Amino acid sequence: MVWKRVHMKVRQSAIRTFSSVCCYTSFTTVETVSYCEGEGRLVVRFPVSGQTSGAEPARCVRMANEHYLELKENPVQFEHASSVNNVFFDEANKQVFAVRSGGATGVVVKGPDDKSSVAFRMDDKGEVKCIKFSIGNKILAVQRTSKSVDFINFIPDYPHMEFTQECKTKNANVLGFCWTSWNEIVFITDQGVEFYQVFPDKRSLKLQKSQNINVNWYQYCPETAVLLLSTTVQGNVLQPLAFRNGTISKMSKFEIELPVIPKPAKLSLSERDVAIATIYGQLYVMYLKHHSRTPNSPGAEVVLYHLPREGPCKKSHVLKLNTTGKFALNIVDNLVVVHHQSSQTSLIFDIKLKEPDCAVNTHQPVLPARSIHPYRVSLSGPVVVPSQPPVPCQLYSSSWSVFQPDIIISASEGYLWYLQVKLAPMVHLLEDKGKLMDFLLRRRDCKLVILSVCSQILGGHEEAGLPVVATVFDKLNQVYKDYLEADQSYTAAMESGPSRGSTAQKRPVRTQAVIDQSDMYTHVLSAFTERRDVSHKFIIAVLMEYIRSLNQNQITVQHYLYELVIKTLVQHNLFYMLHQFLQYHVLSDSKPLACLLLSLESTYPPAHQLSLDMLKRLSTANDEIVEVLLSKQQVLGALRFIRSVGGHDNVSARKFLDAARQTGDQMLFYTVFRSFQQRNQRLRGNPAFNPGEHCEEHVVHFQQLFGEQALMKPSTV
Amino acid sequence: MLMISPKMASGVQEKQYTPCLLSFFIYNPTFGPREGEEEKKILFYHPSAVEKNEKIRNVGLCEAIVQFTRTFCPTKPAKSLHTQKNRQFFFEPEENFWMVMVVRNPMIEKPNKDGKPPTIEYQEEEILDTVYGAVVRQCYCMYKLFNSTFGRAMEAGGVELLIQKLEKFFYRYLQTLHLQSCDLLDVFGGISFFPLDKMTYLKIQSFVNQVEERLSLIKYTAFLYNDQLIWSGLEQDDMRILYKYLTTSLFPRHSEPELAGRDSPLRPEVAGNLLHYGRFLTGPTNLKDPEAKFRFPKIFISAVDGYEELHLIVYKAMSAAACFMISASVELTRQFCEQLDSLVGPQLTLLASDICEQFTINRRISGPEKEPQFKFIYFNHMNLAEKSTIHMRKTASVCLTSVHPDLMKILGDINCDFARVDEDEEIIVKAMTDYWVVGKKSDQRELYVILNQKNANLIEVNEEVKRLCATQFNNIFFLD
Repeated sequence: MVWKRVHMKVRQSAIRTFSSVCCYTSFTTVETVSYCEGEGRLVVRFPVSGQTSGAEPARCVRMANEHYLELKENPVQFEHASSVNNVFFDEANKQVFAVRSGGATGVVVKGPDDKSSVAFRMDDKGEVKCIKFSIGNKILAVQRTSKSVDFINFIPDYPHMEFTQECKTKNANVLGFCWTSWNEIVFITDQGVEFYQVFPDKRSLKLQKSQNINVNWYQYCPETAVLLLSTTVQGNVLQPLAFRNGTISKMSKFEIELPVIPKPAKLSLSERDVAIATIYGQLYVMYLKHHSRTPNSPGAEVVLYHLPREGPCKKSHVLKLNTTGKFALNIVDNLVVVHHQSSQTSLIFDIKLKEPDCAVNTHQPVLPARSIHPYRVSLSGPVVVPSQPPVPCQLYSSSWSVFQPDIIISASEGYLWYLQVKLAPMVHLLEDKGKLMDFLLRRRDCKLVILSVCSQILGGHEEAGLPVVATVFDKLNQVYKDYLEADQSYTAAMESGPSRGSTAQKRPVRTQAVIDQSDMYTHVLSAFTERRDVSHKFIIAVLMEYIRSLNQNQITVQHYLYELVIKTLVQHNLFYMLHQFLQYHVLSDSKPLACLLLSLESTYPPAHQLSLDMLKRLSTANDEIVEVLLSKQQVLGALRFIRSVGGHDNVSARKFLDAARQTGDQMLFYTVFRSFQQRNQRLRGNPAFNPGEHCEEHVVHFQQLFGEQALMKPSTV
Repeated sequence: MLMISPKMASGVQEKQYTPCLLSFFIYNPTFGPREGEEEKKILFYHPSAVEKNEKIRNVGLCEAIVQFTRTFCPTKPAKSLHTQKNRQFFFEPEENFWMVMVVRNPMIEKPNKDGKPPTIEYQEEEILDTVYGAVVRQCYCMYKLFNSTFGRAMEAGGVELLIQKLEKFFYRYLQTLHLQSCDLLDVFGGISFFPLDKMTYLKIQSFVNQVEERLSLIKYTAFLYNDQLIWSGLEQDDMRILYKYLTTSLFPRHSEPELAGRDSPLRPEVAGNLLHYGRFLTGPTNLKDPEAKFRFPKIFISAVDGYEELHLIVYKAMSAAACFMISASVELTRQFCEQLDSLVGPQLTLLASDICEQFTINRRISGPEKEPQFKFIYFNHMNLAEKSTIHMRKTASVCLTSVHPDLMKILGDINCDFARVDEDEEIIVKAMTDYWVVGKKSDQRELYVILNQKNANLIEVNEEVKRLCATQFNNIFFLD
């Protein structure tokens, strides 16, 4: 094996910046990364690229479609670390600093987008240990000595001259600093923390708060502005501090259980084994617990400590890695990703996934270990050669540095990648579809994958039984219902006015996990019912199962689903089945449904009765009922009906007379005609029809049939 | 059957006799067309003890009447013959096969003084053609359910086989006919549906679908609760007769021992540690019995190409019963029955208690069940749904009604009137006993109401019925 040596001439503070780095290198064994104390520089060794790619081609092909992790396209590229170029990463702004010759020949800052990228020069006043912009690139802070930090204004029109702040505590060494806002900064020294406000116009700082505490090392979570300090001799008592609105609040401290208690006591908890990140909106401290390398070692585990805003910190989850070696942690889409260097694979854990066969809160990997999807980089350099094909990139390289939540940096190659999960390959790796659904429903870009899983279990090549289909539907609809309920209560709160504005609710966010009826209809069910290779029994069972699940969650079923059921039943001549469904009101009443039933009458006569019943129950469809009865020439029935519901006075006489005349039954015509004359008499005191009623031809017809004298006269009443 | 009449004539009791079966026979005139071969026509004759020549005479008479009436209307020959003492019903279910049932008219025996034999008064007009005509048709349908058509037996084994089958079936079946309690409900041959909320109904759907998927041998399933139908995978006409069999024969046979406290269905020793109450009503009574036979009754239902023969498995847990039908060409094994028992037993037990709970909740919501003021019978021709507050629970032996037979006869008469015309109509009758009887026909539905309001007038009765429709039938379209 050929090893290449890369020297990064970085001083101690630089290592600090790369500390979490060392999260990767960290867990680390000595053979790849060694920190040469005396020289103050980091020596990184890594295998020459291509070393593993040829190792097992067959395995690669089989696994080709199973890589569920990948590096995002378009990485941030920067000048790789070298003897003249020091590289720093700021987790808060996600910026990479390439400092050439102490800044004299240029500092190039690359951020996640072009706006946050800057290039400038500064005087070389000694080797840079740490360099970070305040939030919004307003002020640059540079640490060059262990006693002080230098500041440069980046606000236009403000004086550009550097100014310096020494740490207040005597004999203290500055371990590093963190920006907590655009003008607030924390110095972390070996004796405590000092919290300053920066006044760029006055080129001065004001100490706001300080805390005295012995610090071994620190970790900072920019999202939550929580600083984690390692204290005590063993270093395993952690003190979290929260910074908000110019104040420091001490959160409750806690102790990490060490696998072995060293005697005599010495620093035993390395900062490289600890990371801090938010998962599902909660702050966790993740501790990578190694076990002694004995043959029966249970393997390493990641222990999660939940850090609530208030209250004590608790050990909450244990992730079983089932192996030993070097590991690094990322958080992607609320999943804990554990990279294992020697096997070049990664594991994912979902702390919300309940493991039935495990003790509470002990988790096994969700999926079998797989490597990150192979990645190719185009050979870049000063001269871009377009014809040259991209070459495979060395994954799990020991030059990789891993940062929270989802960042991987290769300083020696000059790349910053974001890690992301691919859901599609996971579908085939997780047998238990219920568990798969639980898992997918908590992912960010899950909609299309969930819908494709649904299609698969309904007679794709992974067809599952009805109980599985039922479970999957229930899980989907649970999420759907929760969203609907939240939305409803929000709407209700908004309508009740801003009187209780103090408890201003936020409109619930519709995540991709909300799969509603139209999604299911469009992407899954309508195509499914068209399938010729699936038995109609199964199709109907699935539709009914979906309707059952919706009902169980008290979700109003949309008409198009009923239509789908009816269409399928009619297609297979299952009218009696349809009849029974309607009899038990499984297909809820609606005018469109009633009309659909009417249209079925010619093939299935009872549909007529079903339709009329439905219109009756709707109680808003009296006009439709009259139309139906008239079309059946049930003129008297229609007349009696409209009278019973009190609509007789406003109804169009002409419509009834037309229908009565069409029957050819003269007595019927007589009866209807007289009935309307009586109505006219009662309403207007005159049996005659108004001109607006357009009944003239019927009056003439009546006279022809029964003679003038048969007409009701005003005087005769 | 003897009934003591409320009337007392001069201190001496009158005896009233209800209608009863005199004879029942099946013949085919084409089987013995020549003189001297008449006996060959007769395929079945009850009572069998009747002398041969009398049988031949009676069959000949029926044949003659049918032939004679054909001259007036070739397509609709006589359906019944009224005589003073009895009434005969003719039915031709298959070409040239005739079923005849002779029913003795109800009669009153008045004892005479001074030792003379009592005088007998036949009540010729008391029994209804529609009711007993329906009974004969039902006899045929029931035979067909278990044996398929006469024609099929002929094809399979000639006259001998047919005679054998008829003998075997009707010998037992005729004993279960209770002619004295036949009424309008026999005319309808309806199905009583169990009222159920949508959610529970969907759960049952889900259960049925999942069982049919797991045990793919099952072709059709029917689900009943409390002897009322909830789901039928069979077509309506087949379900109608199967329902009749289940509710008048199979269930009563099994519920009576249950009521008597014997044969407790609780089975604590069940696989999977799940206590369930499931048991087979047809087939093996005890799965654990090494001698158990896995034979189930076979039934015939209509299919696209003639008839389909099926095993009928009836499985019950508490008040819920599921009928599973499996193609008769498959042999059912112990293994299958055990699988079915372990799959269906626990689920059906759970469903039964769900339904029971839901039913009690619904009852509570709709208010405490009051003894309905109205006695009514409702029937819908479209889905064969029937509902009666007149009839008590049916048992194997009798079907009790809570009203006087005279009123039941009025209902039957109104029904005949309705059958004559196509249009919707309403008939209101004031009975001799101060009862009002109202019959209503709207589209395909019929409703019969009996009101006990002595002094009510026609308008009040009409209003009363409207109110009943508004409360009991508010979710269906009923024309006034």
